[in-house]
Amino acid sequence: MAQAEATGETFSERIARRTRHGDGIFWGITLFFALVVIALVFAIGFVTWSDSEQARREFGLGFFTSGDWNPVETEVNPASFGALPAIVGTLVSSAIALLLAAPVAIGIGIFLAELCPPALRTPLSFMVELLAAIPSVIYGVWGVMVFAPFFTETIAMPLSDTLGDTIPWLSGDQVASGRGLLIAGIILSIMILPTIAAITRDVLMLVPNTQREALLALGATKWEVIWLAVVPYARAGIIGGVMLGLGRALGETMAATMLVGNRPQVPTSLFEPATTAASLVASELTNAQSLQHESALVLIALALFAITLMLNLAARLLIWYVNRGPVGSARA
Amino acid sequence: MSLKTSTLPNYTSRKLVDRLMRGCVFIATGLAIVPLLLIIGYVVIIGGGALNWQFFTDVYQPPMTAETMDSMFGAPGAEPGAIDPNDPFANLDLGALTGGTADAGATPVPGQEGAPTAEEKGADILEAEARGGVLHAIVGTLLVTSLAVLIAMPIGILAGVFLSEYPANPVATTVRFACDVLSGAPSIIVGVTAYILIVNAQGADGRPLGFSGIAGAIALTFLMVPTITRTTEEVLKLVPEATREAALAMGATTWYSTFTAVVPAALSGIVTGVMLAFARGAGETAPLIMTVLGSNVLVTSLFQPISALPLITYRYTESPFPSENTLAWGSAFVLMMLVLFVNIAVRIATRNRLKGR
Repeated sequence: MAQAEATGETFSERIARRTRHGDGIFWGITLFFALVVIALVFAIGFVTWSDSEQARREFGLGFFTSGDWNPVETEVNPASFGALPAIVGTLVSSAIALLLAAPVAIGIGIFLAELCPPALRTPLSFMVELLAAIPSVIYGVWGVMVFAPFFTETIAMPLSDTLGDTIPWLSGDQVASGRGLLIAGIILSIMILPTIAAITRDVLMLVPNTQREALLALGATKWEVIWLAVVPYARAGIIGGVMLGLGRALGETMAATMLVGNRPQVPTSLFEPATTAASLVASELTNAQSLQHESALVLIALALFAITLMLNLAARLLIWYVNRGPVGSARA
Repeated sequence: MSLKTSTLPNYTSRKLVDRLMRGCVFIATGLAIVPLLLIIGYVVIIGGGALNWQFFTDVYQPPMTAETMDSMFGAPGAEPGAIDPNDPFANLDLGALTGGTADAGATPVPGQEGAPTAEEKGADILEAEARGGVLHAIVGTLLVTSLAVLIAMPIGILAGVFLSEYPANPVATTVRFACDVLSGAPSIIVGVTAYILIVNAQGADGRPLGFSGIAGAIALTFLMVPTITRTTEEVLKLVPEATREAALAMGATTWYSTFTAVVPAALSGIVTGVMLAFARGAGETAPLIMTVLGSNVLVTSLFQPISALPLITYRYTESPFPSENTLAWGSAFVLMMLVLFVNIAVRIATRNRLKGR
């Protein structure tokens, strides 16, 4: 007994001796690596800011409103850089993606959280999460090889033939290529579906059951419970999910590059080849014609970074607002 | 219930709306599942059908004869990669084949084109089999992604330990926000950063460092760190407080209890985070376009342009040659299987631990 006590003491003494200064060092080391994570964000911001210095100085704010993008300098045609084609392309394709995906994705979220039989809920939820993890280049492969020919034959051609004369943005001489803002938007919408659906489901599951029970007690139908009690309570979180989806659509590179056609001009039709900010940077940065060209591309990347950063910040705040707990009486 | 509500005047129309909207939601779910199943189905059927032994053991082979290709086919700008003397394949016939394709498939650089045996070898290849495989891309993806994981692991795990052990301070809040920013930022931005920082940076000889596997790994590190950090934090928080208290009661200090009691208890969860990060990194394409550039030969050095599965999936999809399109489907299949496998493994490993979250 005495023996055991003695060894126990030696053991704890030994530990105490060996670990005396450890806490300070431990704190220092983990703090260092935590600061490295913050430094990564600053590295992105600093590098894109300093490398776009030339473009910011030479073009100013007019860069974002000028529609002329011509990186190759010739004697008759001086180089000019305007980000409008990229901005228009990004906004239009993301808007198409959001319009198509948001209602459907919110529907999936409602189905998974409220209406789905319990046996189906786990596999369906897992499938939705898996789909968000599939690399974007795979969506691109499918879009180029399978969907683009189908789209051209059955959607683009008939639409531009019948409505093209009356609605200018459905016309187009280059419909046959199959590349353009509409098809890019459709593929983007498939990609952002899982993101929005998963978040909608998560925030709906957080709605307390008292909300549902209260309305059921008043004699409401199942749909009235969902529409009047559950969805309004989680509204901020659902909007947050839609914003995260929008952030993904704005910054998505591969699927857009493969399907948008990569023609840096402001398109007049949804079926014309166009470009997006991300795909313009991806396709031109590595063979930039001049420092000015590179700087202009980096400025586009910086703007994209700033926009997605703000979208993410706003979305996280909204989702956090729902997660925080039952303050629903004020909102319902 | 039904008796009571049915006495309400507008019950029939409310019931109709209920049915209608529930039907709409159901249709929405079905509508979304169709394209998603189509994508998976096409990749599995066409991509799976593209797989054979050669797919995994051969490197890129040009789809046309060497002569026509020299004039027509500009490979994706890769410099003819030298064969690594340590390369175990260099002594095999395969090594000679890669030499042949290097000169034929890559952009001709004045003075370097036309190794003496290139044409003979090229002809041999085309007679034997005009398909080729993606060994070079599999090796490249494994090398680049592994290096990225090796860099990201210490940063992510220790930052995660900081978040869970010192949860409430301004630095921790900032780190969590930084993780959200990094995981939400478009991957192209990370590629631009790595391109400026490394590929365009001045080397010792005053020339840019150029495209390399290392640049790609550093770009992927940016994307992996948030995944590892947040997963580590989450799983360390799930370790019962009693574990820490037991260690502290034994006289251990905070750091000793963290590394001998808390981290081992959460090890499987931390490994999960690393695996998820690996899967995410392996599928990223945009950052690699600007950093590793791609190569048509087997490269085992991280200091050169190197190929990767997502890169060839992208490039061969855009190719006009059916044989290359087949390779694109095959590599898309391999990538998708990798992601699915990791996610399902993670799901099974953490099923009990994370239940109810």
